[in-house]
Amino acid sequence: MTVLTQPKKTAASARELPPAPRRRNLRRKPLGTRAYKVFRVVALVAVVLFLVAPLFWMLLASLKTNVDIYDTGKSFLFTPTGENYANVLQRNNYFVFIFNSFWVAFVSTALSLVLGVPAAYAMSRFTMHRSALVVLMARVIPGVSLLVPWYYVFSNLKMVGGFEVLILSHMFVALPLIVYIMMSYFDSMPLELEESAQVDGLTPIGAFRRITLPLSAGGMATAGILSFIFSWNNFMFALVLSGSKTKTLPVAIFDFVSYASIDWGGLMAAATVVTIPIMIIALFTQKYIVSGMTAGATKG
Amino acid sequence: MSVLTTPRSAPPRSANRAPAARENFSSWANRHRKWLFAAPAMIFVGVLIVFPLAWTLYLSLTDSQGSVRAASEFVGLQNYLTVLSDAERFWPAVGRTLSFTGVALMCEVVLGMGIALLLWRPFRGEKWVRVAILMPLVATPVAVGMMWRLIFDPNIGFVNQLLALVGIPAQPWLSGQDTALGTTIFMDVWQWTPMVVLILLAGLTSLSEEPDEAARMDGANAVQRFFFITLPLMMPTVIVAILLRGIDALKTFDILYATKGKGGGSFHEVETLNVYAYGLSFDYNQYGLSSAVLILFFMIIIGSMWLLTMRKKAVSK
Repeated sequence: MTVLTQPKKTAASARELPPAPRRRNLRRKPLGTRAYKVFRVVALVAVVLFLVAPLFWMLLASLKTNVDIYDTGKSFLFTPTGENYANVLQRNNYFVFIFNSFWVAFVSTALSLVLGVPAAYAMSRFTMHRSALVVLMARVIPGVSLLVPWYYVFSNLKMVGGFEVLILSHMFVALPLIVYIMMSYFDSMPLELEESAQVDGLTPIGAFRRITLPLSAGGMATAGILSFIFSWNNFMFALVLSGSKTKTLPVAIFDFVSYASIDWGGLMAAATVVTIPIMIIALFTQKYIVSGMTAGATKG
Repeated sequence: MSVLTTPRSAPPRSANRAPAARENFSSWANRHRKWLFAAPAMIFVGVLIVFPLAWTLYLSLTDSQGSVRAASEFVGLQNYLTVLSDAERFWPAVGRTLSFTGVALMCEVVLGMGIALLLWRPFRGEKWVRVAILMPLVATPVAVGMMWRLIFDPNIGFVNQLLALVGIPAQPWLSGQDTALGTTIFMDVWQWTPMVVLILLAGLTSLSEEPDEAARMDGANAVQRFFFITLPLMMPTVIVAILLRGIDALKTFDILYATKGKGGGSFHEVETLNVYAYGLSFDYNQYGLSSAVLILFFMIIIGSMWLLTMRKKAVSK
């Protein structure tokens, strides 16, 4: 993939580079005709509605009783109830699943950072693109093809149903993501800082540890947050490899679906409980998420 | 792997110095930092990939079923022949995988480009639009599937309520055999168009101003400037977006499983290759067959990626 070999510009790397003057030029430009301005406002409102309304609908349904959900006259006007949430959190013990999801995402992200950041650094500095490809293969392979062998080996090792195997499988998702993001981050970092540190007497590894690592905190935050989100949302690996005690939230949602009927209120409350924490994290860290999602996507 | 063949230790530089052991290790580590840094991650991923892939390849040549532990016989390419001549499940699944990915990608790129252009020049309330764009992206796919399941429910769903307002009869969105695949594509578009927007927007903001300026001087209107200046310059970024998004779209699983259940619906109406292989492995324990499906699936993915990368090279030149 040649994508990876070009120098990248990410929002995160903007700190090191002088701000590009063209952004300012854009701001002075006239926006176009009045008709276009009106069109743009209407279009943007439509886009925002399209993206947010379904989530709002889910939230509304989670606050309704099942009777109200079936009553189309009460789409928007109803007496909200916390019953579904009480049901989800207390009777179905979702606190355990929230903890499981959090723990698996947190540990797999931390371990992937430990493995991935130095690897990305070496791959970026020594342009090891073929080696990078090995790690990025993990993103391309369909997970199902790994699951049967994994399941076999891990169940023989009596690990299925434990946290270790979940963490390992989620690291498998996180690591390529972290390497990809950090590589583009290191690519855009000037080499001179390290070199001058080495002239001042630091060893290459010392320069990495004391100069490069602290400077790449922003990139690591980006990679870490994104990896946490992907791990939190991951479904397929946990579906096969988790046990009743280590079930993560996306798997636990299915407790509300049975062949006979669906407890819509409970289901929507469960879906909201899964989604809310990750949305709150996203709200506070949007800068990082955007730079991570676009890492390496544009040519410099 | 050449990782393992790098010299383990180099001869010590000064063997008779007192703190030699420590210093030697540190200088050894420094000289070999390239592999010292890269190897752990590569070994981790390699072990978790290479062995399973090799095993999948082996299983695809056996009649393994029931339990992976059960004795299985080597059957050569029999599984591949069975799969490739299966017009009932396999080929429709290939068709669905490709049409799901193709249609979803097309909508996402066109919509994504439109939205990115809307967001390109600064405006008031930009922050709120950005937040809205992030919401679908970070929402848990399984929860999103459940959410749409309620919204598209034939009896109580919001979509049919809206249609009723304008007098259109209720549609069986997810339960209809003809509509289900389209509806799941719609969900994919809802969730992942924002990602394309982010990538394209990053591309747009890093475009150089001059060509656009020059065209403006020459009197080109906005539409002309987009099609003859911006779009050609954006092609590499567009292809990157297609590549990144395409890999995941081909492998879509969560939303299909959440909305249609294990087999991709009772008539397999949304059964893609991924769902098909999952069902063969974990519901029917047909490991030999499912491995053959997976190997073919993998070849499709690699093939399409390779084509796109070639295309990108051609465009970048």
